[in-house]
Amino acid sequence: MTAKIKLATVSLAGCFGCHMSFLDIDERLLTLLELVEFDRSPIDDIKHCGPCDVGLIEGGICNAENVHVLREFRKNCKTLVAVGACAVNGGLPAQRNHLDLGDILQEVYQTSLGLAPGSAIPNDPELPLPLNKVHPIHEVVKIDYFLPGCPPSADAIWKFLTDLIAGRTPALGHGLLHYD
Amino acid sequence: MSFELETADINPENLRRVAIDPVSRVEGHGKVTLLLDENNQVHQVRLHIVEFRGFERFIQGRPYWEVPVMVQRLCGICPVSHHLAASKAMDIVVGAAQLTPTAEKMRRLMHYGQILQSHALHFFHLSSPDLLFGFDSDVAKRNIVGIAAQYPEIAKKGILLRKFGQEVIRITAGKRVHGTGSIPGGVNKSLSKDERTELLKDAYTMVAWSREAVNIIKQLHQQNPALYDTFGAFRSSFMSLVAADGSLDLYHGALRARDADGKILFDQMDYQNYDQVITEEVKPWSYMKFPFFTALGPEAGWYKVGPLARVQNCDNIPTPLAEYERREFVAYAGGKPSHATLGYHWARMIEMLFAAETIKDLLHDDDLEGTDLVLSGERQKEGVGVIEAPRGTLFHHYRVGDNDLVTMANLIVSTTNNNQAMNTAVREVAKKYLNGREITEGLLNHIEVAIRAFDPCLSCATHALGQMPLEVSLIDAEGGVISRVSKDSDGLRRLT
Ligand code: SF4
Repeated sequence: MTAKIKLATVSLAGCFGCHMSFLDIDERLLTLLELVEFDRSPIDDIKHCGPCDVGLIEGGICNAENVHVLREFRKNCKTLVAVGACAVNGGLPAQRNHLDLGDILQEVYQTSLGLAPGSAIPNDPELPLPLNKVHPIHEVVKIDYFLPGCPPSADAIWKFLTDLIAGRTPALGHGLLHYD
Repeated sequence: MSFELETADINPENLRRVAIDPVSRVEGHGKVTLLLDENNQVHQVRLHIVEFRGFERFIQGRPYWEVPVMVQRLCGICPVSHHLAASKAMDIVVGAAQLTPTAEKMRRLMHYGQILQSHALHFFHLSSPDLLFGFDSDVAKRNIVGIAAQYPEIAKKGILLRKFGQEVIRITAGKRVHGTGSIPGGVNKSLSKDERTELLKDAYTMVAWSREAVNIIKQLHQQNPALYDTFGAFRSSFMSLVAADGSLDLYHGALRARDADGKILFDQMDYQNYDQVITEEVKPWSYMKFPFFTALGPEAGWYKVGPLARVQNCDNIPTPLAEYERREFVAYAGGKPSHATLGYHWARMIEMLFAAETIKDLLHDDDLEGTDLVLSGERQKEGVGVIEAPRGTLFHHYRVGDNDLVTMANLIVSTTNNNQAMNTAVREVAKKYLNGREITEGLLNHIEVAIRAFDPCLSCATHALGQMPLEVSLIDAEGGVISRVSKDSDGLRRLT
């Protein structure tokens, strides 16, 4: 038996919808488990990515920790894939990019409805530094493949992965390539 | 104010920091930090929500009819909940608080599909490894892959239950994740006969498998009450929507809250006035706010939401099999409210059974094939939409200007309602299991087991943003600076 492909997945500034779409391969998940071994992923308890064949990144970059995790993935994964609109171009979270970070902060923590008196903006050292803009991941590291869609369909993810595992250049074709 | 173990009683610089980062097998981005002294006594435990998105702010200025589609991107596990809560708020705005029967039933079907898929995902894919293998079992095996290897039947049924829920969503909303079926004042499609027949084919099997799932978790409780009744348990009030007759309804109703002994605090409260009963506190160490019942104050007024609250808050469940299981649950707890954190799993599976039965019943209703889909009436400036999402009560509140653009948005997501409850649960577990011991991976997983019981959606809970006390540069692959953020610092921040 040939060695299993090592696969890691992570959600950065995303909504987990791309991971959901991945799980939407349904019973094919059981087939996939024969072919791949999971490294770090939200579905297991491996907290740091080790050397891997493929890394799937959901979500863009909205804070310093995202940058750190993305670099860790790039360092360890032979093939790195931007999965979904957020990773490819920032997606919906990037709608905050035309606004001033400080203003949003103030509104959410100090002037919005129903706040207890004396509420202040969270500022603990344990909270990672937010960036003033949300960035697509290719601005930070080199990305090998871009899988568009919000989220890409389960069939698209399946076709992509099975192509890659079989050593073919992944090709989605007309029906599977979409942007909504 | 601060709760026990929330803030270290001695100088944190003399304490050792242990972090669980990221909390895994949950949805979203969170971490737990512990501060321990040299004898491994725990002095501080916090569940931090570390990410921000800013939805409430950037929804402003968008046309109101976009909102139900936009807000789904808060959360890919429960997008339907946000889709429907926002739609319900916008129903009020377009003057259509009462929908056509077809529209309401389509939405109900969509919502119960969502409950079914989310509960199945949480139980089978995420939590069952802890429950079936043990909290400190081998980390390599403690996941759905391990379950598939050792309990292939359970894994397969879990996958197919989730698939069925996702198919209900696809057929009612157009897409499994981030569909567009619901619009202000109604829906944009109904079902064809073929679609109904197609779904009905599997509906009975799903009811049967949901029953099996209830039995799995019930037996785990009965076999090991010493663990299941006490693990991470704490007393608190609880809240949920209930129907006008007090029965369980996850799509619509009015607010009911009880204290820890089960005494009613308020009942049949119109959620349009939710801001009269709930206030939110902000703490410096989490982007997630801490809501409490205003009348009781932050110390005594926090509460829990979600399956454990709902199953005990309602007077009955309107489908027979789930009602039978509810009675079993109540009897097991001895007629008093159960505050067992692991009881969430049991209650969740009872709800999954309720969802499966409800879907089956709805699919027999010819109204689903109706053509009267949308209503509108007198335009209002403001609307609140509330729904029982898989994880608990979800509030969406909007104001809309005369030009149809949103001017104000306020969200209290389900997981935020459970913020204090989750923090209390992990502190209880830390006190009991970690104090004075050498910290191991297995012990730390006990903390995560307590968090997972709530099925938190940390993704949903990240609609706020943080301060920038240091300078950070974002460098691109070629070494160029893309972004630099800086701010005066009044504290140390770890640069990652
Ligand atoms: S691309 Fe869409 S589905 Fe994927 S994480 Fe972003 S918002 Fe969610």
